[in-house]
Amino acid sequence: MDTPVNKKKLSLKEKYSYLTRDLAWEPSYQSKEDLFPYATYEGIKVHDWEKWEDPFRLTMDAYWKYQAEKERKFYAIIDAFAQNNGHLKITDARYLSALKIFLQAISPGEYAAHKGFARAGREFPGVGPQVACQMQAIDEIRHAQTQIHAMSNYNKFYSGFHAFADQRDRIWYTSVARSFFDDAMSAGPFEFMIAIGFSFEYVLTNLLFVPFMSGAAYNGDMSTVTFGFSAQSDEARHMTLGLECIKFMLEQDPANVPIVQKWIDKWFWRGFRVLGLVSTMMDYMLPKRVMSWREAWNIYGEENGGALFNDLARYGIRPPKGWADAGEAVDHMSHQFMLALYQWNFGTAFHTWIPSDEDMEWLSKKYPDTFDKYYRPRWEHIKKMDEAGTPFNNFGLAKLCQTCQLPTVFTEPGDPSTLCHRETEYKGETYQFCSDHCCDIFNEEPEKYIQAWLPMPALFQDPLNGDLEAWMKWVSLENGSDNGDYQGSHDQTSFQKWRAMTTSN
Amino acid sequence: MSTVFIAFQTNEETRPIIEAIELDNPSATVHQEPAMVKIDAPDELVIRRETIEEQIGREYDLQELQVNLITMSGHLTEDEDTFTLSWK
Amino acid sequence: MQIDLRTVSIEPVRKTFDHLARRFGDKPASRYQEGSYDIQAAENLHYRPTWDPDQELYDPNLSRIRMKDWYDLKDPRQFYYSTYTLARSRQQENMEANFAFVEARGLQDMLPVDLKETALNLLVPLRHAAWGANQNNALVCGYGFGVVFTQPCMYHAMDNLGISQYLSRIGLLLGGTEALEQGKDTWMNDSAWQSLRRYVEDTMVIRDPFEVFVAQNVVLDGLLYPIVYERLVDTYLASQGGQAVAMLTQFMTNWFTESKKWTTGVLKVAAAESPENAQVLAEWINLWSDRAVSALLPIVNTVVDERVDEMVSEELDAFRARIAKTGVPL
Repeated sequence: MDTPVNKKKLSLKEKYSYLTRDLAWEPSYQSKEDLFPYATYEGIKVHDWEKWEDPFRLTMDAYWKYQAEKERKFYAIIDAFAQNNGHLKITDARYLSALKIFLQAISPGEYAAHKGFARAGREFPGVGPQVACQMQAIDEIRHAQTQIHAMSNYNKFYSGFHAFADQRDRIWYTSVARSFFDDAMSAGPFEFMIAIGFSFEYVLTNLLFVPFMSGAAYNGDMSTVTFGFSAQSDEARHMTLGLECIKFMLEQDPANVPIVQKWIDKWFWRGFRVLGLVSTMMDYMLPKRVMSWREAWNIYGEENGGALFNDLARYGIRPPKGWADAGEAVDHMSHQFMLALYQWNFGTAFHTWIPSDEDMEWLSKKYPDTFDKYYRPRWEHIKKMDEAGTPFNNFGLAKLCQTCQLPTVFTEPGDPSTLCHRETEYKGETYQFCSDHCCDIFNEEPEKYIQAWLPMPALFQDPLNGDLEAWMKWVSLENGSDNGDYQGSHDQTSFQKWRAMTTSN
Repeated sequence: MSTVFIAFQTNEETRPIIEAIELDNPSATVHQEPAMVKIDAPDELVIRRETIEEQIGREYDLQELQVNLITMSGHLTEDEDTFTLSWK
Repeated sequence: MQIDLRTVSIEPVRKTFDHLARRFGDKPASRYQEGSYDIQAAENLHYRPTWDPDQELYDPNLSRIRMKDWYDLKDPRQFYYSTYTLARSRQQENMEANFAFVEARGLQDMLPVDLKETALNLLVPLRHAAWGANQNNALVCGYGFGVVFTQPCMYHAMDNLGISQYLSRIGLLLGGTEALEQGKDTWMNDSAWQSLRRYVEDTMVIRDPFEVFVAQNVVLDGLLYPIVYERLVDTYLASQGGQAVAMLTQFMTNWFTESKKWTTGVLKVAAAESPENAQVLAEWINLWSDRAVSALLPIVNTVVDERVDEMVSEELDAFRARIAKTGVPL
């Protein structure tokens, strides 16, 4: 027998480096440019990929092991949820509107992120980011699938879930989220990382997954909590990747700083607009609330984002340009959104409703400076119209912002009584915007944003030509069942009937 | 001063982990929220493998944390023995 | 009051999602169907890629292969994330047990010196080839069209990474970090390995996702895995006292047996779609299998001296027979 090889014990870091970094080689039969054709056109300079610090040194065996554990738990819970009619344990079926928005607008984004990270996992010329991106790619398809699987049971009993795949591509409000992901995917690999890895994952997803999911738990929806928290356990890795990626770009070359800053400005605002929908989900759609959107923003936006931008200041990075406006908008946005969604609820595949007196009390307590002054009077007016038998519906169409695709329903910074509206002319055409920041984003890349598909104008073009019934058919919206007020809806009557069955014979 | 935080799902597996974190980080604050526990700490929070092992009486790999992790904030440094979040 | 909800029998108002009812009829869908079909945006895409404005964000025309419906290319294993991960975690547990078994008994040190050298020289450079396979599958997933075709490519890419990590661990166990350095040098400079490295680099610049799928998963893996793992490791090395090595490559053997069901399944459907597809596939398979055979021959030669041509041509015949059954006219 020969002498055993003298093997020193490798540290976690060294071992990981052998099991990832060391796999690649310097090509000689093909050029690096041909192998990684999209690595330089954005202008980001990288001198040494070896300087990349791996976040979470997970090898595949550990990945399979821990992820399988999460999967077993997840499916055990949603199976039990389906078998035990778990949907009857939620506080109230109006809560499901939040889930419908989630499935129609956010789950498709998970899939888009999967695809985008698969591309980034191929296009970066460094193994460290490639492997991290690939793990995120496979995680993201997990998230899309666990969400669909969790909501599949609700679809069997409630309206609004059945056509999420059609509505993803056609209905007006999902275009907000899809344009966000399309925008990120059509960017180069570095900008994609700032868009999704940094702005969305690090700065914003806590707002989506943490307080909202905690709210789902509070409202008895164990199925959603489970996919939410289970997904979020992957996000912890993704956030670390996003943060590492931005530090890496900033440390590689000072010339990267202004490019990265521009992307932070852009993607913070894009993300903030998309997550606006979550503000409404939290403030209006949860029958029992854990915290307001404002409170969540204070913790996960102001405090956490503040700490982050303090930290990045050493590279010469400042908070995103829209940061202060966002902080101000937080006191208004959920109300503005809910009012908008309510007045256009003939065209939404989820229900809205007039907040009850008790709801309004809560809102007024949580938004002492804004709710009673600006929004309670509007709700009271809408309530009167409803009581008079003439519910308020706005069949006129809002202008959509060319950048974020939201209706222009927001108010001027510093003046909550005036609607904010911007426009710009490009090559003889006029384009509309909801804010200065969306207008600026357009002006940076007009050739990109003029391509945007705008769902509202589509209603007036061939073949729909303004025919609302045909439009509903085209977006697979079941009129009278998927849309409209929650009061009197199928969801409400079925839920009440089924709940009654559980307490009597 | 900036706050770092980490949050876990509330369950039997995370109970001893949270106890270990409290032992190692006297300045940390623990918040019990629906279905989750969030721990805040000023500037730095350290999770030690050894302390968890003392709580659970078996060997522990810090990568197991990921199974019940919900979110965190701060720069992460990780080796065999510690998992540290910090703003520095 | 505790309510026993199980006692309530409620009739569902709907069996499945609309898009699945259109495809499979109005009945409850499987989790594979729910998690795979039509979950990719299909129309009204917003912007063209800045990295290549000639492409759509999801573009079926990047390939010479044409499908009326890319969702025909389903994965016979019906892997979605959960079933995939559970399957791999079981295999991973076995592999952990195998590594532990070898290490606990010091079997790596009991291997005859020559045989250990042979195993290291054969297996360690292959971790780089597996990394190339990872890159190629990430590309097919990223740019291919239709979830049922592309999602298994992501799983495959992660498998390729896992395999390259198992090969690295074998190198570390048998020869420490020096074995990895030596293996990389072989991969970069040893003349016996250059045709293979060239093959891998050449496939990494192809941007037709289906051709990458064919050149990597169908052809190269279709020849390399049976030759290296079944013939050289499980049969030849094992017969020379290298059973311990075979234990450490068990994942690869099982993985290939499983995944060839998928690759041939995809090939069969794509070929049946049109004579044009079948023709393109034949052209690719002929081109790349000629190159793969000449890349693998010198490597096999470093392990065994006799009947090398015979062994490789037997495997080529078996490969061609398997492809012929898919309807590709070679």
